[in-house]
Amino acid sequence: MSILTIEGLSKSFGGVEAVKNVSFTLNEGEFLALIGPNGAGKSTCFNMINGYLKPDKGKLLLQPQESKSRNLVGKKPRQIWRWGVGRTFQITATFASMTVRENVQMALISHHKKSFNLWARASHLDRDQAEQLLEKVSMLDMAGQACSELAYGDLKRLELAIALAHDPKLLLMDEPTAGMAPSERTALMELVAQIVKDQGLSVLFTEHDMDVVFEHADRILVLNRGELIAQGTAEQIRNDALVQEVYLGGGSVFAKETANEAHHAET
Amino acid sequence: MLKLERINSYYGGAHILKDLSLDVQKHEVVALLGRNGAGKSTTMKSIMGLILPKSGTITYNNQAISNLASHQICQCGIGYVPEERRIFADLSVEENLEVGRRSSQTGPINWQKEDLFDLFPNLAERRTQRGGNLSGGEQQMLTIARTLMGNPSMLLLDEPSEGIAPVIVEQLAKAIKGVKAQGLAILLSEQNMHFARLVSDRTYIIEQGSIRYEGSFSDLDQHPNIWKQYLAL
Amino acid sequence: MGFYLAQLLTGLANASSLFLIASGLSIIFGVTRIVNFAHGSFFMIGAYLAYSCVTWFDVGILGFWGSMLFAALCVAVIGGVIEILLLRRLYKSPELFQLVATFGIVLVVQDIALAIWGAEDLLGPRAPGLDRAVRILGEPIPEYDLALIVIGPLVLGLVWLLFHRTHWGILVRAATQDREMVAALGVNQQWLFTSTFMLGSFLAGLGGALQVPRESVSLLMDLSIIGEAFVVVVIGGMGSVTGAFIAAILISVLNSFGILLFPSISLLLPFLVMAVVLIVRPWGLLGKPGSGHGAPEAPQDPLRLLGKRAIWAWALILAALLTLPLADDGFLLVLMVDVLIAILFAASLQFLMGVGGMVSFGHAAYFGLGAYGAALCVKYANISMEFALVAGPVIGALGALFFGWFCVRLSGVYLAMLTLAAAQILWGIAFQWQDVTGGDDGILGLWPSEWASSQSAYFYLTLVLCSIGLMLLRRIAHSPFGYVLRGGRDSALRIEAIGLDLKAHQWMGFALVGGLAGLAGVLFAFSKGSIFPDSLSIPHSVDALIMVLLGGIQSLIGPILGAVSFILLEDWISRLDYWRFIFGTIILLIVVTAPNGLAGLLAPLWHKRRQRSGKGQSQ
Repeated sequence: MSILTIEGLSKSFGGVEAVKNVSFTLNEGEFLALIGPNGAGKSTCFNMINGYLKPDKGKLLLQPQESKSRNLVGKKPRQIWRWGVGRTFQITATFASMTVRENVQMALISHHKKSFNLWARASHLDRDQAEQLLEKVSMLDMAGQACSELAYGDLKRLELAIALAHDPKLLLMDEPTAGMAPSERTALMELVAQIVKDQGLSVLFTEHDMDVVFEHADRILVLNRGELIAQGTAEQIRNDALVQEVYLGGGSVFAKETANEAHHAET
Repeated sequence: MLKLERINSYYGGAHILKDLSLDVQKHEVVALLGRNGAGKSTTMKSIMGLILPKSGTITYNNQAISNLASHQICQCGIGYVPEERRIFADLSVEENLEVGRRSSQTGPINWQKEDLFDLFPNLAERRTQRGGNLSGGEQQMLTIARTLMGNPSMLLLDEPSEGIAPVIVEQLAKAIKGVKAQGLAILLSEQNMHFARLVSDRTYIIEQGSIRYEGSFSDLDQHPNIWKQYLAL
Repeated sequence: MGFYLAQLLTGLANASSLFLIASGLSIIFGVTRIVNFAHGSFFMIGAYLAYSCVTWFDVGILGFWGSMLFAALCVAVIGGVIEILLLRRLYKSPELFQLVATFGIVLVVQDIALAIWGAEDLLGPRAPGLDRAVRILGEPIPEYDLALIVIGPLVLGLVWLLFHRTHWGILVRAATQDREMVAALGVNQQWLFTSTFMLGSFLAGLGGALQVPRESVSLLMDLSIIGEAFVVVVIGGMGSVTGAFIAAILISVLNSFGILLFPSISLLLPFLVMAVVLIVRPWGLLGKPGSGHGAPEAPQDPLRLLGKRAIWAWALILAALLTLPLADDGFLLVLMVDVLIAILFAASLQFLMGVGGMVSFGHAAYFGLGAYGAALCVKYANISMEFALVAGPVIGALGALFFGWFCVRLSGVYLAMLTLAAAQILWGIAFQWQDVTGGDDGILGLWPSEWASSQSAYFYLTLVLCSIGLMLLRRIAHSPFGYVLRGGRDSALRIEAIGLDLKAHQWMGFALVGGLAGLAGVLFAFSKGSIFPDSLSIPHSVDALIMVLLGGIQSLIGPILGAVSFILLEDWISRLDYWRFIFGTIILLIVVTAPNGLAGLLAPLWHKRRQRSGKGQSQ
């Protein structure tokens, strides 16, 4: 069943079409990757889904088959969050002047609509729940640490814990492994995969590390110059001539290489 | 001419360049190849003093430049063409060139506006237009021309072909060959292999902030496994 | 008909000198991102120098205009020296430091001007050859006004040529858009900044010089023009010279007609225009969206609740204060009331800035609103002190709600400029709406109720209310609401991404600190028995900024340290001759040498002690 349906999404900036007529669906429980070269329109696409940009045209429907289907077009990011969409950023956005636990508590405070409370001690609210979430990303032992002291990989995991605080149906991750060491990348993506499986989440992510994409994505969408040029499984994408052309600027190179391989095989 | 030795650079908290070393000889066009996020732009910015490397040395014509401010590095003869182009949108094409103009001759030739309009005929037609109104390809030509106005002896070109129509990419390649013919060295970062192959003499492959391969394109063609590992999908 | 034309021409003549100072401010901001408070001082120095030149070398038309240019050139050199010696160190500091530093310059310049030219207003000669009036449609129009009307567009044209026809000008325009890229193209930013600063100073100096034949030169010129200049820059769009020109004309012409049509609200006009412009175009008429922020602030340490020991320590301090009236000589109690009020005032600003990340350059607005609100209630509704103590904070909070609604739509210097303009407007009303506010004479006869009329009783009242205010601020800083504000300061992106409306919280935060500043204002008014417009003035806003800066913006204890040291310092220095000079110099030294304030200076000691005791425990 589909959790997010996108139809005919388009956006231009000053006459340049950054995203052209993009349509796809994200199925429940799916781990869907959105890839493409720099400037292909990934970020634009992403920012339209999470409400930071308003599409010129197109439909964005959350849970289209349900009676409570929501149209995300023109909604503010905070509204979209309230409807059960969590997100992480390419460059982590966390509260540096708080502890790790407090970062998660903030999301819980918002979820429980206590943000205008002037009297309670924020650091005492929803403490257990926050620690459970930190446990999920194996950061319980860092709960009391200042967020500003965390290593980058830990910040990424913290963001994940924050994003899970309101028990989202859909998780949007923008370049989840950007700036991480290779071993950290694998660990993070395995963690995400585990959580997705446990909680029945659906995930849409952009990523430039192809190893990560091919290893973890159930399905891959490829954008180029704002257009969706291919979608399918890792194997299908790997062998898609158009995708090769886009990524390597000419199929000839690849053709030659395979010819060489064939040659080696013969001798 | 340009030599980077064991450079380590950080962006925010992330360790981007890890013991990166490379060099560029006189009159040489060197392509730095790698996927998105491999560290190409960070390398360029580290050379230009826009990101301060935490350790390592950068020398240019045997002079240490790693502790200089960007304008001093430029005055040494390195011209930087950023990936985002960073055209001055409110200034006309000619005014953009004027910002880059430097009277001292640090490179092989003393570029004049008219030379650059010869090199990039598209710009000549639009000399009085606002930089912000140019197409992506024209903006790319303008940034290169703007940098050449400073009479550099070496160019850093960060992904010049990115997001540009194929016809324009051909023109760009022609212009870069023209610049090379004038005796400039070029360090070029690219994802577009076709384009890189057209213009470069030698390549480095960068992956996760370190150089993984060095050699010519013809050598590279002999090593399909390297292609697969670092560049192909 | 002729009368209206005369009004129009007067407005246009006023616009010229306003344009000169505002364009200089705008150019400086565009390139260096410094909000230069001292720009009014440059305007004033220009006027004084021109006065001296014109009176000393009385040599006809050429001498007159030569003197104008010479004065402006001198100001340009002074600006250049200040930039090289001081501002270069501050380009990477947060806005607060830049503002306080340039205000330090204001103080120093005031006393230098006092030493050289004396305290009396100086009336310069009229411009030779332009000293009569011509009749247009029967109305007399001073010839000099007509000359000014020509000079404004002339300077605009010259600046335009400079910016479009010279290499330097093109570099300045490029740097306004992308400083880093200009540096990467081999341009030494330092000299570009210095020369830009000199051009801006030149224009301010020229604006001041040209006023000599129109108005008397006085030591009040600097601060009376700077507020209006800020409004013009914000309306025109920061960095845009043409925008400043349009805005200067708009404001001046509206002013000259506004005075005719609605004399009582004409003072509000600049603000109303600004509000309308900012709702439609948040970056001003010709401004471009851009960063109005100084250097990003370093993350703060996570907040900690007070430990048992700290609670005892505060209880002891409070108990000691309670016994103060026993040992009192009267003088000390009065000083302590001042200190307590200053602490509450500074703490409310620190909450807004340190916790909420919103820099207010006009915090005196809410202090003054509370004080005036209460005073007006007493005067016209004859209410008691107890009721005034409620009314004042409510009025302060309502004022903060009104201005805050506009302010939270902006951030960084844009927000700061708007807060400043708001305070200036309120000051203008208090100063000029004589029938109601008493104008410069203030409102007198505000006496505490019978039970609180003794010095010690009023001290207790102040101590209790200020302590409650402080505890409330601290409590709120630790509450979910305070955390949301802190979070917004760290990452507005993340606040939005966890479903919160940051602006709504910031707006309420504005109201909260407005109420507490208002409480400080009421207490102040009743302690003095009177209230004057200077409680709303720029210097009073800057006092609060200095207290916060002295104490260190990051810590909740900061305002206490800052206010105590500020009041004691002021009490001592203000008895000296040329105290502004001394005080300004101290401010400059602090900004350059102790960017984290007193709390920052003490923190390393504290940490060392803690580390040592930590080690002791582990052994």
